[in-house]
Amino acid sequence: MARLFGLVAEFDDPERLLEATRRARAEGYQRLDAHTPFPVEGLVEALGRRDERIPWIAFVVGMLGAAFGFWMQAYIQTVDYPLNIGGKPLLGWPAYVPITFEITILSISIALFFAMLLMNGLPLAHHPLRNTPVYPRIFADRFVLVVEATDPRFDPEATRTFLEGLGALSVTEVREA
Amino acid sequence: MELPFKPRPASSAPDTQEVLIEGEHTYTSLADKLAAIVENKPPPQWYPVVWIGFLGSLLLLTAAVVTLWKGVGIWGLNQPVAWGFAIMHFVWWIGIGHAGTLISAILVLARQDWRDSLNRITETMTLFAVLAAGLFPILHLGRPENFYWIIPYPNNLGLWPQFKSPLTWDVLAVMTYLTVSTLFLYLGLIPDLALLRERARNPVLRFVYGALSLGWTGSAVHWHRYRAAYVLLAGLATPLVISVHSVVSLDFAYSLIPGWHLTLFPPFFASGAIYSGFAMALTLVIPLRAWYKLEDVITPTHLEWMARILLAAGLGVTYVYVFEFFTGWYSGEPYELGLIKNRVSGPYAPYFWAEMTANVAVLQLLWFPRIRKSVWALFVISIIANVGMWLDRFDIVVMSLNRDFLPSSWQLYFPTFWDWALYIGTLGFYLFGLALFVRFFPPIAIAELLHLLHKKKRHH
Repeated sequence: MARLFGLVAEFDDPERLLEATRRARAEGYQRLDAHTPFPVEGLVEALGRRDERIPWIAFVVGMLGAAFGFWMQAYIQTVDYPLNIGGKPLLGWPAYVPITFEITILSISIALFFAMLLMNGLPLAHHPLRNTPVYPRIFADRFVLVVEATDPRFDPEATRTFLEGLGALSVTEVREA
Repeated sequence: MELPFKPRPASSAPDTQEVLIEGEHTYTSLADKLAAIVENKPPPQWYPVVWIGFLGSLLLLTAAVVTLWKGVGIWGLNQPVAWGFAIMHFVWWIGIGHAGTLISAILVLARQDWRDSLNRITETMTLFAVLAAGLFPILHLGRPENFYWIIPYPNNLGLWPQFKSPLTWDVLAVMTYLTVSTLFLYLGLIPDLALLRERARNPVLRFVYGALSLGWTGSAVHWHRYRAAYVLLAGLATPLVISVHSVVSLDFAYSLIPGWHLTLFPPFFASGAIYSGFAMALTLVIPLRAWYKLEDVITPTHLEWMARILLAAGLGVTYVYVFEFFTGWYSGEPYELGLIKNRVSGPYAPYFWAEMTANVAVLQLLWFPRIRKSVWALFVISIIANVGMWLDRFDIVVMSLNRDFLPSSWQLYFPTFWDWALYIGTLGFYLFGLALFVRFFPPIAIAELLHLLHKKKRHH
């Protein structure tokens, strides 16, 4: 039999999931995850897994993109391929603003998209939760809390009793593969 | 990402009857209803649309191949009207694309919940409109096989583009816009694709949706990063939209042609884009809503608010018309004054007056709540607004160019069969793209609407 991945508690309401998550955290569980059809406000905070890196990535990539965009134009138009058009200054920086802006936005957008995928571990071919009957419904109308077996407080029997006590519709064991 | 302040949703204003989801919906019933659009057979009206679109796309293909084969000489271009239908339709299509990004991006930032029912279909609109738009400048090049010369990459000739030219800005702006709107549309689709993957019975569809959904599991941590990226992308797309049409307008405003040499052009193009884009959104959403029985999620509230934005953007366009005349008169330049005279009484005067009727006079009907609330009236007005913006672009491109500084070079512009074929062809391509998209991808963002339902429930 495949290794135990964890226990899944199923709820039909995001508020109840939120409450259950808070109680599980208060109980001392750490390796928790929740799966929901839409982002539920306050859920990552309840899980204690807020991640503030995305805005910083956007900021840093944006600065780099802007610097590169401007440098590219300035270098090309003054050093590598100077074009004198109507006696206008070679380093006519106001004319470089539109392209600098576009390159900034383009680099941030692409970086955000791929950073999001990378940090979330996507694309993902398989997830142990797929072995549970509730899985198809977590994209529509089910809200689940997962307590992973690697949690130091995890105990197949005690954790199950605890989760059932939170008012879950069902508690299922999930095995890997 | 949470904003540091909590703006009051405009929808809670006491005088509006805010109904964003009608009927007694649960998460289950809403998800079933929205997924059914893709899973069930399309309504009978879908087939004629897709056929017309397909034939139009064939026409586009033919016209494009003939143009590439014979050159742009087969178009009605001449001197001084060197920018004819192609550039005019480029501007028209790009403008139409803008409403999609505006609905999805600006309204995300403004926390307007009513966007949730509309953003997917309008983003799709954007994608196909930008694709249609992008075709025109490339065909217009005359030597389209060399279009990549304008892209800055180190080549073996040591040649670089001229970055001080708005034409170079234009290429980068439009390509950035296409990339960002595609990413935005795709990002929004990922959770819905995961839902369709789980519901698909057909193994091929299941595989395709599975691959496209990238194995999305709906984990709360994933959602957290996803929303951060989504809101930031929306925040970036907002100035991007404004910049794209402003840059397009600078292609014109950089020149010295009377009627083009105006500092007002960037806001003029941007307001025209919002106006034509919302008009096109209404033109498409109204039949879609009726055919797919989406009255629950695209309620009269949605239509009325779109009509209000249409009115506001149209008044912006009206303001620019008044201002154009004022600047022409105030400058005292004989060429500017000549252009005004040419517009109101020259050979193209009927087009000018039709433009004014559509964009200024008919628009005022939207002040009346009874008209805003009538679906048929809105549908007709939205089509008139699209035609009006078409005439507006005709005004800018052809009416400004056909008389330049020397009367000896004055010439009228007559579009040829191939000019029309390309234009009608892009309309067909647009319909074809939208029809196929709606067949395979949910035209209403399911995850967004479930989220909206949750917010409404918590509210009460």
